[in-house]
Amino acid sequence: MSQTSIDPRSLRAPPRRPIRLSWSDERVRGIFWQVVVVGIVVSIVWWLWSNTVHNLEVRRIATGFGFLNREAGLPIAESIIDYNPTNTYLRALVVGLLNTLKVAVVGIVLATIFGTLIGIARLSKNWVLRTLSATYVEVIRDLPLLLQLLFWYAILQGLPGPRQALHPAEGVFLSNRGLKLPWIQWEGAHSLALLVFVVGLVATLLYRRQALAKQMADGVPRPIWHVALLALVALPLAAWAALGAPFTPDIPALRGFNFQGGLTLSPEYFALLAGLVMYTAGFIAEIVRAGIQAVPHGQREAAQALGLRPGKVLRLVVLPQALRVIVPPMTSQYLNITKNSSLAVAIGYQDIVSIANTTLNQTGQAIEGIAIIMLVYLSISLSISGFMNWYNARIALVER
Amino acid sequence: MLAFGQIFSRALRALALLGTVALPALAPGAAQAQQAPANTLDAIRARGALVCGVNTGLAGFAQPDSQGVWRGFDIDYCRSVAAAIFGDASKVRYVPTTAQSRFTALQSGEVDVLFRNTTWTLSRDTSLGLDFPAVNFYDGQGFMVKKSAGVNSALELNGATICVQPGTTTEQNLTDWARANNIRFTPVVIERLEEVVAAYVAGRCDAYTTDASGLAATRSAQPTPADHVILPEVISKEPLGPAVRQGDARFADIVRWSHFAMLVAEELNITAANAAQALASDQRPEALRLLGKTGDLGKMLGLDNAWALNIIKAVGNYGEVFARHLTPIGLQRARSPNAMYTQGGLQYAPPFR
Repeated sequence: MSQTSIDPRSLRAPPRRPIRLSWSDERVRGIFWQVVVVGIVVSIVWWLWSNTVHNLEVRRIATGFGFLNREAGLPIAESIIDYNPTNTYLRALVVGLLNTLKVAVVGIVLATIFGTLIGIARLSKNWVLRTLSATYVEVIRDLPLLLQLLFWYAILQGLPGPRQALHPAEGVFLSNRGLKLPWIQWEGAHSLALLVFVVGLVATLLYRRQALAKQMADGVPRPIWHVALLALVALPLAAWAALGAPFTPDIPALRGFNFQGGLTLSPEYFALLAGLVMYTAGFIAEIVRAGIQAVPHGQREAAQALGLRPGKVLRLVVLPQALRVIVPPMTSQYLNITKNSSLAVAIGYQDIVSIANTTLNQTGQAIEGIAIIMLVYLSISLSISGFMNWYNARIALVER
Repeated sequence: MLAFGQIFSRALRALALLGTVALPALAPGAAQAQQAPANTLDAIRARGALVCGVNTGLAGFAQPDSQGVWRGFDIDYCRSVAAAIFGDASKVRYVPTTAQSRFTALQSGEVDVLFRNTTWTLSRDTSLGLDFPAVNFYDGQGFMVKKSAGVNSALELNGATICVQPGTTTEQNLTDWARANNIRFTPVVIERLEEVVAAYVAGRCDAYTTDASGLAATRSAQPTPADHVILPEVISKEPLGPAVRQGDARFADIVRWSHFAMLVAEELNITAANAAQALASDQRPEALRLLGKTGDLGKMLGLDNAWALNIIKAVGNYGEVFARHLTPIGLQRARSPNAMYTQGGLQYAPPFR
């Protein structure tokens, strides 16, 4: 093993020069300008702040976050956690935050899947598929999102009323009140099974990592499907069965005005989700296509020459290289989905903006309300960016 | 090469100069912001127009007609204040506001006064920094359903989906009422009036709830109003009236007494048509004071003495405004709280003296 010797001169610290209090010293100039810039920013912020506080006082507009503990009294149609109008504004805002996350997270997953499929279809050898996906991308990207949301909402409102609901299968109803699906009555056994499934998923991933490491060492591929089957299917089922295998179907039925029971997908949520997914998928498709085309054709041919099957060529050779191009712009798209979800107000989906708007309207504390909205979006966006940057660093080309 | 000290003093001088330029520019801004609530009248005069916050479109109250001219009950009130200030009812700029944007628009000074079906409540009067000078329409919240639903009472609405605009007293009354009556409902909360009505019409909701006046307006705007029924229950008190920023008593007085002038004109049977004649021949003392022939009532308000005459000439008395805009959409005045106090209603103006 040959050790290249390091030039000792490169380890030497640069000579320290004393700071001269003179304009010709670039460090003095640097410090001066930084102090000036910080001073200007601080004084602008201070001026805005003091002016605002003063004017709020003069106009006798209430300030502070005390309203968060007051009873909200506002009705919310859909909520992941328990909520009723006697709860506080704080809880109402949490419900709004969860509703935003519900549409953003599901939207990101669906838009990624859908967009990737369309992006790949644009490179297909099949003319019909290629043209259809190209048309989709061009049309969807060119129409404003708000228009698309209103379009989806109008379509869903055009569905028949609950008494004439479309009824394609037992327990499934499609009406202008949304999509009703049969569900089960959730019990402890189901929660346990879900927990076992999550643990099994982690275990499977760890096992896969080990199997891959061994494969790297001796070149023998090791199948992992039997472990996955055991951890992801058999064990959760066993856990469920051990607690008596409770299963009570909860089938929606028309009672009075509306369907009772079952799982509901409201028109507002569905319109927002469909609009966001379809719109963003158009952009993601282009990112995916660009990423795949950025991989030199020779890479693919070389992989084929090694005898890899087409699936493995894509998975082992093309995608890892394409992802380096895809991931950074994808982050922007994920941020866009999250921020665009605030258009929910237009179609009556009660996300954080809708609920914070109502709150600020009822309490009159606009500045606090807007601050809450900004804080929420900033936190979500920074989390997404943080995660994507971590992922990007992980898949980045490691120079050796 | 300059020494640091020299440069520093030069920079200081530049900063001082910047200060002398920027500070006067900033200081009046700050001063104006402080005194804005106290100077609404001067600001309106300087601008040459009253900026009036109105509904985005509610038949009978505020809606542009086929020529794009705003018409309605609230619009006539905007015009009356402009007539009182300028002697010219057309000097108004209308700013359509949603239920959610209206108070911010008023607080921020974007509009001078809000004539936008706004309910006077204690919390709005205090913590929003607003004042409610008068009540020009006594309303109450009701429900509208489709006739085909076969519902005869609001108490039959258990399990229903109800369309409502967010940020309104309507929304809070609805939850209070449902709690008190053990009624469970699913809300559909849409901000813009046109869209919440569209959702109700499309059948997304079983019922639409808002003030009875709003229901009547919406019903009258439907292709076949008879397909919709307004249920008999009135679940709240909704005194609707103008709102102004708190802290400007003079401007609040002008808005308040413009309304009272229209009431007194009705009491005295002075209308838009006979105002000129009344000015020439009416000898009743209160009529003389109202029309500005005797006394200095206008001056006391900081206006021209012909202020009330200008209002009456431009929009007429309260009864005329009501009959012109609200009777056509099906709102009854007789035996309602909006009748004059002499006819058992609540519309009552303090004396003009």
